Amino acid sequence: MTCQDYKDFMMGYLDNELDEAQKRAFESHLSGCPECRREIEEFTKLKRITDDVTLVEPEDRLWQQYWGRLYNRIERGIGWMVFSVAGILLLIYGGFTAIESVIRDPAVGVLLKVALLALLTGLAILFVSVLRERIYFRSRDRYKDVRR
Amino acid sequence: MKDAYFIALGLVGNREDALELSQEAFYRAYKHFDQLNDQERFFPWFYQILRNLCFSHLRKRRLRRAESLDELDSEPPQFGPADAFDPEMVAERNESKDRVWRAISRLDEKHREVIVLRHFRQLSYDEMARVLFCNRGTVTSRLYYARQRLKEILEGSPETDGFADGSADELRKGGQRV
Repeated sequence: MTCQDYKDFMMGYLDNELDEAQKRAFESHLSGCPECRREIEEFTKLKRITDDVTLVEPEDRLWQQYWGRLYNRIERGIGWMVFSVAGILLLIYGGFTAIESVIRDPAVGVLLKVALLALLTGLAILFVSVLRERIYFRSRDRYKDVRR
Repeated sequence: MKDAYFIALGLVGNREDALELSQEAFYRAYKHFDQLNDQERFFPWFYQILRNLCFSHLRKRRLRRAESLDELDSEPPQFGPADAFDPEMVAERNESKDRVWRAISRLDEKHREVIVLRHFRQLSYDEMARVLFCNRGTVTSRLYYARQRLKEILEGSPETDGFADGSADELRKGGQRV
């Protein structure tokens, strides 16, 4: 094995992640390879000074508030969702009522009624087209079941 | 909860962002819980959500910084250094620890995360392979290059945080000894 092959062992040796046989093989390589010995010494020092760095533990109050804040976020998310759905339903209902009143109004000209109907037909076609495309691609998406 | 917070802290470097991002990760995990195929693999799945949030947050932060510098018609932005890593986040601070913390902030995302998982959360190689969705060999190799880069930064290029204290000298001597 070359030094390059033993480099794969170097991190494992440093972090105590090698099995006994690998450890022995690496140590035996180290005893005859000054270059790898120098490198492992440097990495050992680096590991020591990096391990010395510990992060500040936040105060208890913060942990106590943690789930409360998360719960608030979930609650607000649900609130916004219900609000949006209701808003969309109301908009649809209001739109249809307004259109119906325009269509039924004898005072409104035929041309305006035809234009309005054409606008609605166009919107319906666009909606169905986008929906069909989404369904088509979703059914053929090879990655939709990729494990997350 | 603590794991999520400390991982986020290691990736983004300040308390407010780490809190916000770890809570957002829990919120998204809750919202998309049905997408988790195997509940025993919750942590790797959750970790992916958290890391993606953290890295996307860092990219936005850099972009904002670049834009504000652009507006000021200043020098071109330099990505990476310090990256708003708050030195106050290091416990029992001293010069050496501050330098290591700043050096970690200069690592690229892929290398920073292996250092954080190994040194701040003490994950084994197998655990790291599971959360990173890669094999042990990839973990070993990423750690090798991450530490190599960390060593280079600490040994000090002119514009970086050279090791001015004992640890640096120790490292340098180590490099010259043989």
